[in-house]
Amino acid sequence: MSVVIETPRSPRSRKGANWEKYGWMYMRISGAILVALIFGHLFANLMVGEGIHAIDFAFVGGKWANPFWQVWDGLMLWLALIHGTNGMRTIVNDYVERQNVRKALVWALWVICGALIVLGTLVIFTFDPCPAGSDPSLLPSFCTK
Amino acid sequence: MPTKPAGTLYRGKVGMWSWVLHRITGVAIFFFLLVHVLDTALVRLSPEAYNAVISTYKTPLIGLAETGLVVAILYHALNGVRIILVDFWRKGAKYQNKMWWAVLVICVALFVPFAIRHLSNVFHIG
Repeated sequence: MSVVIETPRSPRSRKGANWEKYGWMYMRISGAILVALIFGHLFANLMVGEGIHAIDFAFVGGKWANPFWQVWDGLMLWLALIHGTNGMRTIVNDYVERQNVRKALVWALWVICGALIVLGTLVIFTFDPCPAGSDPSLLPSFCTK
Repeated sequence: MPTKPAGTLYRGKVGMWSWVLHRITGVAIFFFLLVHVLDTALVRLSPEAYNAVISTYKTPLIGLAETGLVVAILYHALNGVRIILVDFWRKGAKYQNKMWWAVLVICVALFVPFAIRHLSNVFHIG
């Protein structure tokens, strides 16, 4: 099957919202914000103190006890998953030629994206840093005060 | 049988390779992100479950993979800024080639201190 590429300068159809334009703008706006969010995330988690060795339940509990990091990580989750899924959609559109396979893959991408956004958001905002009955040595220090 | 190769939109040089690398690093980061959301979600299950899984992130092999992931993130982030400049800066298209080399230089400049710090943590040096 051959793919028909639109003539680059042909005018677009004026019917309906121009979703491709909004997607194009979203990639640039979210990308610029993500540079700051992810560089900050990598610095706070890998460069400070013992870096990767400091990361455990107590570390995450300590961070998410602070609304600042909850919002930081929540924003990162939403912006990055939609940015990544839209990028994967672009790649699928470029390389998958069979129409039904292409549609199925794009649909699967958005389902996965939605599921992970719901899961991640619930985890960040319903998280209990001091779950009852847990070994106190595994919990953030403020749990025992 | 076709007697000559089909026409191609690929042009080689910086314009093509910057784009190829942007795609490859983007896909790699996407798959890491899927895993990373799932492993972090384990904090909702139990401290033991989260700590058990996150301990695999501290092994030397995965420590090296994290270093590779950060290379991918640095390139994708900085080349993304270059794309934004090409699209929105008046002189962006004119300097796209020079900006790509600047992207590589800044990547190395940020990577070296990162790698020293992260790898000495991973391998318990210093």
